[in-house]
This record gives sequence, C-alpha cells and structure tokens, in this order.
Amino acid sequence: MSEERNQGAAETQELREAARSLAGTGKPMLEAEHVQLYFPVKKGILVDRTIGHVHAVDDCSIALREGETLGIVGESGCGKSTFARCMVRLLEPTAGVIRFRGTDITHLGRRKLEPIHREAQLVFQDPVSSLNPRKRVGQIVGTPMKLHGVKGQNGVEDRVRELLGRVGLNPEHINRFPHEFSGGQRQRIGVARALAVDPRLIVLDEPVSALDVSIQAQVINLLDDLQDDFGLSYVFIAHDLSVVRHVSDRIGVMYLGKIVELSPAKELYTKPIHPYTQALLGAIPIPDPEENRARERVVVGGEPPNPVDPPTGCRFHTRCPHATDICKQVEPPLAEYPGGHLAACHHPQNVTEEEVTNAGRSPLSPLVAGGLLPNGKEVPVPQADTNGAGGGLAARLKRIAPG
Amino acid sequence: MAERLLEVEDLQVSFATEDGVVRAVDGVTFTLDRGEVLAIVGESGSGKSVTSMTLMGLTRGPNARFAGSAKLKGKELLTASEEDLQHIRGAEIAMIFQDPISSLSPVHRIGDQIVEQIRAHDKKVSKGEAFDHAVELMERVGIPHARARARAFPHEFSGGMRQRAMIAMALSLSPSVLIADEPTTALDVTIQAQILAEVKTLKEHSDSGIIFVTHDLGVVADIADRVIVMYAGRVVEQGTLDEIFYDPQHPYTWGLLGSVTRMDRDPPKRLPSIPGLPPSLIRAPRGCHFRPRCPHEFERCAEVPPLEARVAEAPDHLDRCWLEVEDKRTRREIEGRIGLVRDAA
Ligand SMILES: Nc1ncnc2c1ncn2[C@@H]1O[C@H](COP(=O)(O)OP(=O)(O)OP(=O)(O)O)[C@@H](O)[C@H]1O
Ligand SMILES: Nc1ncnc2c1ncn2[C@@H]1O[C@H](COP(=O)(O)OP(=O)(O)OP(=O)(O)O)[C@@H](O)[C@H]1O
Ligand code: SF4
Ligand code: SF4
Ligand SMILES: [Mg+2]
Ligand SMILES: [Mg+2]
Repeated sequence: MSEERNQGAAETQELREAARSLAGTGKPMLEAEHVQLYFPVKKGILVDRTIGHVHAVDDCSIALREGETLGIVGESGCGKSTFARCMVRLLEPTAGVIRFRGTDITHLGRRKLEPIHREAQLVFQDPVSSLNPRKRVGQIVGTPMKLHGVKGQNGVEDRVRELLGRVGLNPEHINRFPHEFSGGQRQRIGVARALAVDPRLIVLDEPVSALDVSIQAQVINLLDDLQDDFGLSYVFIAHDLSVVRHVSDRIGVMYLGKIVELSPAKELYTKPIHPYTQALLGAIPIPDPEENRARERVVVGGEPPNPVDPPTGCRFHTRCPHATDICKQVEPPLAEYPGGHLAACHHPQNVTEEEVTNAGRSPLSPLVAGGLLPNGKEVPVPQADTNGAGGGLAARLKRIAPG
Repeated sequence: MAERLLEVEDLQVSFATEDGVVRAVDGVTFTLDRGEVLAIVGESGSGKSVTSMTLMGLTRGPNARFAGSAKLKGKELLTASEEDLQHIRGAEIAMIFQDPISSLSPVHRIGDQIVEQIRAHDKKVSKGEAFDHAVELMERVGIPHARARARAFPHEFSGGMRQRAMIAMALSLSPSVLIADEPTTALDVTIQAQILAEVKTLKEHSDSGIIFVTHDLGVVADIADRVIVMYAGRVVEQGTLDEIFYDPQHPYTWGLLGSVTRMDRDPPKRLPSIPGLPPSLIRAPRGCHFRPRCPHEFERCAEVPPLEARVAEAPDHLDRCWLEVEDKRTRREIEGRIGLVRDAA
C-alpha cells in the first residue's frame, strides 16, 4: 500500500514540476544584474571617517519570471535581507541594475518609486520594528490600501478583516495594537499588510519563522493559492530549508555576499554541487528523535570570515574541506550544469565528468570571477553589460531556463 | 535526584484590553530540574512567551492579573518584590527574547551592553575584564571577529547576529535557569547547530535548567529531554521527548506532528494543516479549548479535561483529552502517519 502511495506522490510531484516549468515561461518580473551593496564602516570621535566597507551584497544576479518563486537561503549575515531591500528598492545598490517588469528602477527617486512599491512589496524579517507601535492593526493593514487607492468590495475594513482571517488571525483583533500580539501573530500582520495592496511581486524575508508548523502550512498554502490564482511572483528568504524547498521553483544559496549555487528546488537536495550547500544540508535537524540520535550531524568548521575584508578567490576557502590553491587565488565563476543548475566552485561535488566537461560559464557569474571553468577550460570573461543594452539578463538567460 | 529549580502550578495570566479580558495563560503546570532541557512547543499565540516572561516578572502592569504559583528554588516569583526580581533576573533566571531588536538598546554598542550587564551584577569586575569576557562570550556563540564587532551598534548586525549577541548576554552571568524563546529561528542551520551544542554544554557543565521555546520540531528532537505542548493558554500534553513524538495523546499534538515538512521527503502538493482558526482568548470555547477544531470531539468535551496521567505505563506523561488511550492510538494514525488532518487537496 505504501508503495502505491509513494507512486501517487511521485506523480503529483511530476505534475507539479511540469506546471512549474510552464509557469516559468512568464515574462520577466524582476531582474537583478550584478547588484552590489557596500555599507560604509565609520569610525571617529568628532568627524566620521570611512575606514572600510561591509561587502554585504557583492555582484549578485537573479532573474525571476512572472508566477515563479525563487527561494534564497544562506548563512546568517550573508546579505539576504540587504539583497531583498535592493530588489524592491528600499536601498539603492552601489552598483548594478535592478529591473522590475522590464523597467530600470535602479536609481529612481522617491516619487517615481511609489507605484513600484505598490506592485513590489517586502515583508520584513523583523515584524516588531516594521510595525508602528502606536497604530492599531486595522490601520496598519488598511492605511497602505487607502494610500495606494485599493478598495475592497465592501470597503477597507471588510477587506482587512478578510485578510486577517486568511493569515489565520482572529478578525476580532482588528482594534489591537502590535504589542498585544504574540511573535507569530505579528509576523502574520506583516504578511497581511503586504497582501493588502494586491502586489505582483512579494519579497518575503523570513515570513513564517515564528509560526507553529500548522499555521506555517496555512500561510504557505495561502501564498500558493494566490500564486495559482493571480500569478504572483515571490522571492522567499528563509532558514528552514524544507519550507523553502516546498515553496520554491528554484533556490539560490548565498555565502558572504555571493550567490554560490542556484538550482531547481528539488535538485538542491538530491544533488548539491557546492560544498557550502552540502554543509547546510548536513546540518538540518531531523524532526524524529531516533533518526536524529542515529545521525552524525556534519557541522562546517571554522568561523565565518569578516565581511569587511572577505577572503580572496572563493570566499568559502577558509572553511571548505575541498579547498586547493586555486580556490585561494581565483574566484570561481558560476558554471552551468544540466537542467539550469548553477554552481560557483572549482571542485564541484555530485557531478559526472561529462557534466563538468560540458559546463559553460553562466551570464549570472560575477563580473570579476575568473575565466577558468572546473574543467580547466578558459572562457572569456564578458565585459560589463549592465546598462540595458541587449535586452538584459532575461534575454541572455533564455538559454538557461528552457521554455 | 536532580535539584528542582522551577515549580509552576496552575499559572494564570490575564490582560485587560478594550475588547475584554484576554486569558493569555490559563492553567500552566510544569517543573524544571537542574541539568534538563524542557522544550515548549505549541500554537502561535498560545501563551508560551507570556508564561516565560511572567517567570521573569516582565508581564507585570496595571492591566495584568496573575493567579496560581511559580516558584524558583521554593521562592514564589509571582509576589516577589521588584527589588528581589532585579537580583533574580540575569543571575538566577536569564532570558533570550524572541525579538532581539527590541531587547537590545539601539544607541549603545553591543559589547558595552554586555559589559553593562556583567558589571550591574558584580561591581568588582573591571571594565576591561568585563569587556574581555564579553568578547569571549561573543566568540562562543559564533560571532566572527568579536573584538572588532563588539563596537558595532545593533542595527549594524544582521538578524542572526543580533540573536547571537542576545545569547551571549544571557550566558554572561551563568544563570541557573535559562529561558530561550525561539533562540534559533533567525539563524542558519550551521550556526543553529553551534548554538545547540552550546546549550548542551551549558546543561552538562554548568548544571543549568533550560527552557527552550521553539516551533522547530527538528530542534526539539535534537535537544529536549521533556516536551510541553501548549494550545490556547493551556498545557495540553507533557511528556518525555519520545513519549511526545512516538505516543502522542492529544489531538492537537497529532495535528502539529502531522504538519511537519521534511527536507528528505517529497513534500505533498498542499501542506497539511489543522483546519479552522485558533480560538479567541477573550471568549474561549467552553470545556476543551481544542473542541471547535477537533474531529474527535464528543459530549464530554464540554467539560474541561484535567491535565493528568492517562497512559498506564507512563505516570509522567500527562494530557488534557477525554478520549480513551486505546481509542486515541487507533484514531491518530492517518495514512500511515500521525495527524488529524482532513487533507484538503
Ligand atoms: N545598516 C548597516 N550598516 C552596516 N552594516 C550592515 C547594515 N545592515 C547590514 N549590515 C551588514 O551587512 C551584512 C549582511 O546583512 P543582512 O542583514 O543582509 O544579512 P542576512 O543574510 O539577512 O542575515 P540573517 O539571516 O541573519 O538575517 C552583515 O554583515 C551585516 O552586519
Ligand atoms: N499585552 C497584551 N495584551 C493583550 N493580549 C496579549 C498581550 N500580550 C500577549 N497577548 C495575547 O496573549 C496570547 C499569548 O501570547 P504569547 O506571546 O505568549 O504567545 P506565544 O505562544 O509566545 O506565540 P508565538 O509562538 O506566536 O510567539 C496571544 O493570543 C496574544 O495575542
Ligand atoms: S572553489 Fe574551492 S574553496 Fe570554494 S567551495 Fe569550491 S572547492 Fe571549496
Ligand atoms: S477533549 Fe474532546 S475536543 Fe478536546 S481534544 Fe480530546 S476529543 Fe478533542
Ligand atoms: Mg536577514
Ligand atoms: Mg512567543
């Protein structure tokens, strides 16, 4: 019987993936090309002097299509939230280009960003500091609707109540203040607020981390439904890899300001190519006491490097069990393996010799990354082409994501 | 037998609000011994944080009312004077808060805040010594380049680094009870593993008792000795780690375990979740709080089920459900796993 069930599950999974690759044919929603964000580090008593920069996001590129979900995982402090803020232009990148539905929004001013901010919402990682403590929930969720001229069918208040219910909050609580809610309840207020203005893209920064697994499932099912019904696109940042795997079509893995692997969601687990991804997967706790006791948790050694002065070459080389000399000298480009699976590593894991031989340099590679592919082939490093000429990344990426 | 650190008996906490009285905690009973890790899991909004903060005396206020008892080494905490609490906080009971940003001062450097805390309890420690100790603690919880980063302000830290700073601060006074409210949710799994290892060392060497509030059942499986499950202000089940995972007695626990997603399994198209909304704590349902969402409810459920031992072979496994134990064991199996979910496809 259980075999039958497994087969059923496998079939649904296949259908699901087929549907996803169809969904992937949508138009580009968000393109980030070689985005860089450095924070100045200041020191001084009377006059601040800049003594260095935190390399929070360092030449990261992604392309997200309509109706698609891109998951982002990575070490705490590796730049996920900073990248997210760049995507919806709450921060202005120090270099690179952000395109929203084909329009360059990299340097737009406040006024011009207003309509963009309605369509592209960010759910903040920290619900406490993003909710005004003096406002009631009804106002918090309702005000952006009024501001952006979104009206519910039966008025704003009804719509707010409906949204609260859909994220699993009691609509009776519409008059409460944020401090009167629990951590997980506040997190859902943030989600309801983002949904209120009918956005096209939602960047969700740890949206379910404070929720119990049942409510987590409820919120994720809601996001799934909205995506099916309205073709919403999501960027989903989280530390819980099983949740990310469930919601995402593709998953990007970040380490110290860089995207080191970008993979179809399922493959990331079955075929992690980058040693850092392997380390992440090896550290996941299993929700079963016996299996957990039986397993040896592999924990990556060493301490995370200083983001002000990141290691040369591959940034993971100070902790990587496979590192060799070249890793210290040359930053590996993102190489492209079958199925649109990208990884930036000189000594890729879980790939066949043939796959390595056929790998090519992905246009998503950081510009400064070396021209040396894992198969030893030298490929020309392309010139910066970040100012809109040539139709941008999405056009160049057609090759990578067939469909 | 290990020394009993905490003894909480039928704790009740209610808040007066404009809409009525919120019974946030409505009958919580548990104990904590030296050298054990007690995990509290449960519904979001079920009173886990309010319970924890009440032990620290942090929910007191004009709108709050308390009943029952909570004793630390025999001393009542609910009626302790503010002065006594000052001594207890940090040194006897330390807490890692769910949201680190609001518990760190935004205008002071992280290292200074830890130094401040160390010196507030022991004036004899010099600033330099305290700073060295702070740096050492920050290193222990995995903050890279701790000496330099001790000079950063909280907003210059990522979410996970702030969380680690909070943990360093809580460890600074080697408390006998450490309450960690969602300490690892903001952390990636590798740092999480490091923190969990730190918690285990703390438990083994310094003989602390640890309360660990979390939604991550993987983390629970990794570090807990005993588990409390809360729903709508009440403890609905309590037992050893294995009892809760392999012989769960309360239908809410079944739903919780049935909703877990696993990285090493193919996920279903739709994640299973418990149908319905959590109840209002102002007008909670009569009898069992889980009644409106429970597919197994019957007449008796209109009476409040007491938290008591029902499994003959396990006297410390307590739950609040009227069903017969054998009946439960047959009902909870759904499609080969534990759950109560009518899988809406
Ligand atoms: N305003 C700021 N000034 C200086 N440095 C900053 C600022 N904001 C973030 N940083 C630094 O930038 C880096 C990236 O931070 P970010 O918040 O993007 O990380 P993250 O990947 O979201 O981490 P987490 O998983 O812990 O939330 C960190 O080293 C952080 O300390
Ligand atoms: N100051 C307050 N005034 C009114 N109600 C409150 C107050 N603080 C908390 N509550 C309510 O009490 C209940 C318990 O809150 P608590 O923060 O303990 O939940 P929790 O179990 O920690 O949830 P989470 O997992 O989401 O953090 C919630 O329903 C919350 O809305
Ligand atoms: S490039 Fe070298 S150091 Fe970097 S991940 Fe690959 S093997 Fe490790
Ligand atoms: S007491 Fe009744 S309503 Fe409550 S969990 Fe048990 S069967 Fe369900
Ligand atoms: Mg973040
Ligand atoms: Mg809480």
